[in-house]
This record gives sequence, structure tokens and C-alpha cells, in this order.
Amino acid sequence: MNISQPAPFKAADYKSDITPIWCPGCGDFHVLMSITKALVALGRAPEDIAVVSGIGCSSRIPAYTNCYGFHGVHGRSLALAAGLKVARPDLTVLVMSGDGDGFSIGGNHFMHACRRNVDMTYVVMDNRVYGMTKGQPSPTTEPDWDSALSPGGTGLSPFHPLVIALASGANFVARTFSGDIKGTTNTLIEAVKHPGFSFVQILSPCVTFRPDERQWKGTVHKAVVDETDDPARAARRIMTDDGYNTGILYRGHRKPYATHVCDTFDDPATLEEEFAL
Amino acid sequence: MPAARPTFKSISIAIVGSGGAGAITAGSIILEAAGKAGWYGIMNRSVGPQIRGGEAAALVRLANQPVNCMSESYDLLVAIDWNNAERFAAEMPLADDGLIICDPERGPVPDIMTETGVEIVEIGLKSIAENITGGRENMVALGLAAGFVGLPFDTIITVITSKLSAKGEEAVAAGRQCVEVGLQQAQTYTRQFNDSQTLAVDSGRWLITGNEAVALGAVRGGVRFAAAYPITPATEVLEWLAPALTKIGGALVQAEDELSSINMTIGASYGGRASITATSGPGLALMVESIGLAAASEVPLVVVDVMRGGPSTGIPTKSEQSDLNIAIYGCHGDAPHIVVAPLSVADCLFTGQWAIHLAEAMQVPTIVLSDQSLGQARVLIDKPANVAFLAKRKTYEPQEGETYNRYALTADGISPMAIPGTPGGQYTADGLTHTIKGTPSSKNSDHQNQHDKRHNKIANFDYGNHWADIEGDKDCDTVILTWGSITGAAREAIARLANEGIKVRLVAMRLLSPFLKDKFLTSLAGAARILIIEQTHSGQFHQYLRAQCDLPGYIKHFHRPGPHIIGPKEICDQIRDWTSS
Repeated sequence: MNISQPAPFKAADYKSDITPIWCPGCGDFHVLMSITKALVALGRAPEDIAVVSGIGCSSRIPAYTNCYGFHGVHGRSLALAAGLKVARPDLTVLVMSGDGDGFSIGGNHFMHACRRNVDMTYVVMDNRVYGMTKGQPSPTTEPDWDSALSPGGTGLSPFHPLVIALASGANFVARTFSGDIKGTTNTLIEAVKHPGFSFVQILSPCVTFRPDERQWKGTVHKAVVDETDDPARAARRIMTDDGYNTGILYRGHRKPYATHVCDTFDDPATLEEEFAL
Repeated sequence: MPAARPTFKSISIAIVGSGGAGAITAGSIILEAAGKAGWYGIMNRSVGPQIRGGEAAALVRLANQPVNCMSESYDLLVAIDWNNAERFAAEMPLADDGLIICDPERGPVPDIMTETGVEIVEIGLKSIAENITGGRENMVALGLAAGFVGLPFDTIITVITSKLSAKGEEAVAAGRQCVEVGLQQAQTYTRQFNDSQTLAVDSGRWLITGNEAVALGAVRGGVRFAAAYPITPATEVLEWLAPALTKIGGALVQAEDELSSINMTIGASYGGRASITATSGPGLALMVESIGLAAASEVPLVVVDVMRGGPSTGIPTKSEQSDLNIAIYGCHGDAPHIVVAPLSVADCLFTGQWAIHLAEAMQVPTIVLSDQSLGQARVLIDKPANVAFLAKRKTYEPQEGETYNRYALTADGISPMAIPGTPGGQYTADGLTHTIKGTPSSKNSDHQNQHDKRHNKIANFDYGNHWADIEGDKDCDTVILTWGSITGAAREAIARLANEGIKVRLVAMRLLSPFLKDKFLTSLAGAARILIIEQTHSGQFHQYLRAQCDLPGYIKHFHRPGPHIIGPKEICDQIRDWTSS
């Protein structure tokens, strides 16, 4: 990937003409804006970028870009993206997900994507609710959040995606707020440039089912200390912060997953020798 | 095929012992030596559920012609010991003139064996081995078995030398001595083949398993990416592909589960690489949602299902054909896709390659229904010819001033697919119903059009004559109708019946879905009696055929679940019972 060249592309080059289905005021509009800006800054041609997603409000995003996209089944975007990146290491691969898609049904793939360290960027738009199915608690929802499906709340402790990412071996862990377009854009640029798997949790309010999340604008704050490459230190900070601490929280040095498909192939006839008597 | 084949002749031996006693090694050496001597053969392993230890049996059938199923009775059983004899006895019934060779030092012959009434010869395998420095009982057993069937001494020694050379000269010498003693001991009991009845080596022999063959076929067809999650009895497909793909510039990724492996396969294929995964029933069950995604988003891929006994965990190490329904009907919604089945171990190579060709040509998920009896059988076959099927995907080439529509409605239903990196070809592949451009849509017309497109592209494709193997006299009014691995036993039954003057036509289906009704009915033209054979409890194949069309003639349905594989003798009985009635 050559990102040192000056950006020859404009924001419009990365946008499709499809109108998003999101509710007015949805944080995901801002995420789309930040993604577009980051892609402009990265300067890769739209046809060399693939945006892969699963199911949910967040997962509608590939069709709103002018990149190659895949809107797959619920929870499996990381697996699909890993196959794509291994088969086509020349592509820039972004995986877009939400807290239900990424942490509940896709939870197992999340851990293993962190471990595998395939060179791609995983963006989770976390609004702490299933929006597309109209308001059910997700793994990051507060235990007392009332809903028709779980009256009085689930009573379950929220899932801590950043800590789980660290524990699973993730090599780049960041948190941003969708309303902070500049901060999100810069973090996404760093995440894409980072060799190996990078994970960015974007707090992205659902104004329809979680109107309380409108308050996030005043709650989020930049991390007061610099990023670290010490996973234990990063984990302690993430465990003890208030959940609204934004920035690149951990950047490690693990080598990316090395397996990939080559551009040219040798004749498979050589493989047949072992069977001849 | 040569014009005049000699009469089919085969001999079957079983070598049994505790796990680790080396029964499987002995069987493998016999099979390889037989291949070098110009014979044909098939070997299956029967192992207990234990990971290590337990019982292990090498079941070897040698023949003067290609052989595609195990024997129903054994001419020789060599018991290195009698551990867990009751577990394996039912799998290796002895012929009336059969022979058991066992070691008196290993305890009395179990009742289940003495009850067979066959001749029992006691030879001190253990003491023979102990008298040779570095000697092993399994090598003595090997010598006995090789002498019994009349394998040339030099050939056996050549194979032993190459197999044991890594262990040093002493091991080779010890192995050779053990085999020599065994061969001498066998002189009295030998049932040698008549040399004139053994086909000469012409094109050269291959020794290959069904799992290896299907993987090689896929690579020949152009597969360069595989995603893997281990499962019995499919793992060897993936274990063969791992180094093979690396060697030629492809890649295999081990996934965290089958939900992941199928999606990795979709992702790699979307990226423009012919891609494959392999699994068994439980894995296929996890994959079906995403196979539907591949159908809807028109991403080519191949899933090899090496079937085992089901439902649920079932019998992982034994064969059955009971994934037919899930392979054809598993997806929710109407999700047209291809289901094919190899008809023999040699055909695993062809069908594996053909599956890639079909998947790529039609941009459609394709399921290959192999099974344990094919996948894990090691077979001596003629060196297979190269076939012309290669992955050829219709891709999008950018045109000046042209708007690209990924899901354009074309005459044959197949639309050019843009591969990422192609300027102007950007689209979002989607499991949502979409417009011709790929934009999500809930319009009736888009839904109808895309359904029609996906249906038509596989319904109108030219499958040539590969949809089935049809053999025998066209005027013959008795037909055996089957699919997959059972074809081997059916062929042998038909050959036996022919010797009795009973003519039977064979229709063995390789393409199960889509159902080619016209070709199917043509193949059954003039049939007065049809025997449908399958290895399922509920009769899935029979029900499937009945749902597709009215079958001509009188129908007899012979089916049972695994693990007891349907054999030629039973099939002959089914036909004879009919012809005499």
C-alpha cells in the first residue's frame, strides 16, 4: 500500500449516491463522514478498498461508499474480510460492525481476529442497542436499561470490548466518539496505516432508542495520557477509565498474519508426484 | 477401458490388532506393493473411538481390476492380538473357506471367531518377532498376508525398504527378516492369484484417498484459497491442501469455526480467487446460512461435505449418505445452488474439479457430497487423465462510458463479476434483495427478477453428459438407480449379475441439484423395474426423486443407514429376488 503519495481523490470519489436508511441525527452519519475523510487522506483509489460488514444499522455502510463492498450475514464480517485480505493482500480492507453484530453474534470471530492479526481495520459503531430490530439490549448495554425484550434490564454486566481485544492479542486498540469527526478521522488513518489488525470502537449514539446518548457529546474526553505499547498498562487504564476516554489506547508491535495468496502460481502438476507409484 | 477384461477376481484380508500394534502400517505396505505389482486394490481402516490405543484393523481388498468397494467377506484374518475382537468382528465376516491366523500366546480365540467355523491356524507371531533383533509382529503378519495372497517377494521388500529406511538399516533388515519368515509360513495356506488374471501395468498406478483426490481435483480446477476447520472424516482434505496450496502460491487459513471458514471462503472468492472449504455434516449445518449468502450475492465457492453417520454427532468415523437433504434443502429462502457427488474414489478427482468449474462458471455455491467410505479409502487407480475443466469466471472489464451493473439481467443469467481492484467495477455484494446494480431493494420486480436470474443460470447451464454415469444395455428394463459412493457396490453387483445372464442398467447420479428432469427420464426410458439404493435411514434420495417427477415402472427401494455399507451381494439379492418373482 502506497500512502505517501499526495491524495489525488476527493471526498465525493468515496461516496455512493445511495441515501442512508439511518434516522436523522444518527451517529453513523458522522462515522461515514470520518471514513470518507480518512480515505481521502490515505489516498488509495476507491477500487483498491474493500468495505465489509455484517447486519445491523452500522453494517449498511459499505453501500454508502464507492468502494468495493460486502454486506454479508449477521456477525461474520471479520471472517469474510480475513478471507478477502489473505486472498488479496493488495487491497485495503475495512470491516464495519456494531455492538450487536460484532460483540454478540460475532463475538467469537472478534477474539480470533485479534489473535490472527490479519492486516485490516475493524470499526465497531457502538450505540449499546440493537437499533435495526427496534431497541433491544446488546452486550454493551447497561444492566438496568429497560426494554420490551428484557423488562427491567438484563441484569448483566456490559461486555468490555477493548479489554477483550487486548486479552485476545489485538495490536492496535482505540476509542473515538462519532461526533468528534477530526479525532475519529485521525484515529482511522492511524488504524489503517497500522500493520496488522487494528480495532477502533466508535461511540456512535442511537438517538431513536437511546436518546440519553445525545449526552455523550459532553461526556467523552480525550485520553489524558499518551498511548502505550505495554498491553498490561493499556488494559489497566481501559479497565479503570469511565468508558468515554478517547484516543489510541494501545499500539503494539506484533507481526501481521503472514499467510497470503500470491499473484502468480506454480503448476499444480508437481503436486501429483506423491500419488504415483 | 480395454475391450476384453479378464473375469473380475478379488481377495480380501484383514489385519487386526491393538492400536499401535502396526496393523494399519502392514495393510498400507501390502496395498502399495500390490500397486507396484500391477494389481488394483482398496483399503479402509476400522479404528476404535479412542484417540490412541483401542483396536485398529486394516481392511484390504486386492483385485485384478479397478475395485470401488470393500468385500462383504474376508479370505484371511490375521490377528496380531484379540483386543476388542467383539467390536470389529461384525465388520469383517469371513468367507466360508476363509482362514484365521492368530497367535496362541495372545490368548484363546474369541467365541465370536470360533463360531464362524472357519479354519484357524495358530502361528507364534510374537515369538517369531522376538527371535529377530528389532523384529515386530506386524511385519510377520505382513509377510503372512503377503504370502497368502501371493504378492511378489521383491515388491514387498522394495516397499518395506522405502518405508523403513528413515528408521535406519537395522529396521529395514529386521522388517525384511520378519516378512521372510511370514512368507515362508504362509506357503502352506496360500491362495495366490493366477498371474494371467492380473492386468498388466500400463499407464501406471496411483495410490490415493478420496479426500486427497477431491482436493487435488479442486486444485487442478484452479482453487488457490482454502479455509479450514477440522472435522472427522473431512480433515484430510484440508491437511492435504495446506502444504499443497502453499507450494503453488495459494493459501489455506485455519478458521475458528465453520461459520468463519465458510465466510473466509466467500471473502476470498469475492476477491477473485477460486476458493474451497471442506467439512462434514455438523459443519455443513453451521455453514448453510452463509451458503445462502453466496447464492444471493452470487459468489462462487465449493464446500466438500465428507458425510458421516448423523444426526448430530452421529458416528464420526463411519459412512452414510444422509446429508443429501441438508445439501439440497438446507438454505432458507429459495437459494439455487449446485449439489454434486463423486461416484468412486477416482471420480473424487473428476467431480472435485468439475465442482470448481461449475461454481466458477455460474458464480454459484456448489456442495460436493463425498462420504467417509470414499474420503478415507485408499485406492489403487489408473493414473488419471487431465480433464479440461478449469475455473473460468465471467469477469467485468471496464468499458468507457458504461455503467456497471453487477447483477445485470443477462440471457444466461450469468452477469460479469467485477473483481476488487477493477476501476469502475465497484459494487456492494449483498445478501439483501438488490437491484441489478446491487442496491438493496424490497421491490417485487427486483425480487422476482433476481430470483429468475439465479434460477435460470443453473437450470439452463449445459452440464453435458456428466450429470450421471449411465451404463449397460439401453434395452434392459431393469435399472439400478443410485448416487455417490454406493455406485461402486452397484457396479460390482451388475457385473456379477451379468455373469449369471441377468442384465441390469445403471443410472448413477453425479449431479443431484439442479435436477435435470428430461435427461433423468430419458435415462430411465423403457425401465420396467427400478431399484433405488441409498445409505440413509429415511430414504432421502427416494423422496427427492419422487418429489421431482413420476418415476416409470415398478419401484423397489433398498436403503439403510450406515455404518454397515451396502455391498454388491445384497444388491444382487435384491435384483435376483425380483427377477425370480
